[in-house]
Amino acid sequence: MGIEEKAADLGVVTTSLEHVVNWGRTNAMWPLLFGLACCAIEMMGAQSANYDLSRFGMEINRASPRQADLMIVAGRVSRKMAPVVRRLYDQMSDPKWVIAMGDCAACGGIFNNYAIVQGVDEVVPVDVYVAGCPPRPEALIDGIMMLHAKVQREKISGVKEAPITLQHALLQVDVAKK
Amino acid sequence: MDNQTLLKHLRDRFGDAILATDEAHGELRVNLRREAYVAVAQWLRDDPALRYTFLENLCAVDYLGRTPRFEVVVHLVSMQHIHRVCLKLGLPEADPTLDSLTPIFPTANYQEREAFDLMGIRFTGHPSLTRILLPDDWVGHPQRKDHPLVEEEIAFTFNQDRIYAQKPFAKE
Repeated sequence: MGIEEKAADLGVVTTSLEHVVNWGRTNAMWPLLFGLACCAIEMMGAQSANYDLSRFGMEINRASPRQADLMIVAGRVSRKMAPVVRRLYDQMSDPKWVIAMGDCAACGGIFNNYAIVQGVDEVVPVDVYVAGCPPRPEALIDGIMMLHAKVQREKISGVKEAPITLQHALLQVDVAKK
Repeated sequence: MDNQTLLKHLRDRFGDAILATDEAHGELRVNLRREAYVAVAQWLRDDPALRYTFLENLCAVDYLGRTPRFEVVVHLVSMQHIHRVCLKLGLPEADPTLDSLTPIFPTANYQEREAFDLMGIRFTGHPSLTRILLPDDWVGHPQRKDHPLVEEEIAFTFNQDRIYAQKPFAKE
């Protein structure tokens, strides 16, 4: 017999403030409206009717960084574009998160040359990397759900958790059994 | 207008400015001395028998290991005669300068800026020879053949610790 059972009869639910805040942030994320290259086409595909990102409360991209809290870097960032991306990130209001979508944004991808920033994490701190060239909309949605899980683990103090380092590959094939 | 007629006109007028000529893919290519470059282009544009009034293309090529190392390639088109001619200017590595074509063909403006930006050819007489594609504070000319081809060592599991220790990750 806890207070929850009695209070629930009255239409009251008790929970922690941390949980409510993270729940609210998770279910109403506002992505920033910009795309840098071909990955943006897949991002638009993820937002359209077939894949329907509005299931996660993300149906509208905001064109103003003041109103956005999620930056999806969709595409390669050229050296000339890098200061612009950083300025957009600085103009976004806290709390804010970054998804590096695609190989180019994650590590430079196939463009290992002078013109492209070798990973957007040199410019802005990245929360989730989505691999693929370009990633399919399912992969982007998976990355967004991974970000949601990360946001829900955030503390009310605002401290972000440290990056997760994988000690082993995600996909492991047991050769001996085959 | 055909290649031989044009070549005859050119030889009559600028015989000592022509270093070499050849024909490739039906197109006349003329290697010129760079001192005569603007005069030849102006004459090709203004002569009523020729009227090469359209600068189709201006770019620079780096032949590393050859002298002269750089070459500026210019294509002029005569809309009147439906004919194209290619001018080539060899430029030495120590002094890659060339007179600007911008006073004659205004469209040369951006193309000369691009050749300066990526290849480091300096066009004297250009109204504003600044970088056009790369950031203004860029050092070097990356389309030169002696520019490093690869920007960054590729990280694998066996060397990622060493690479990521040097990589400038962004802070909040």
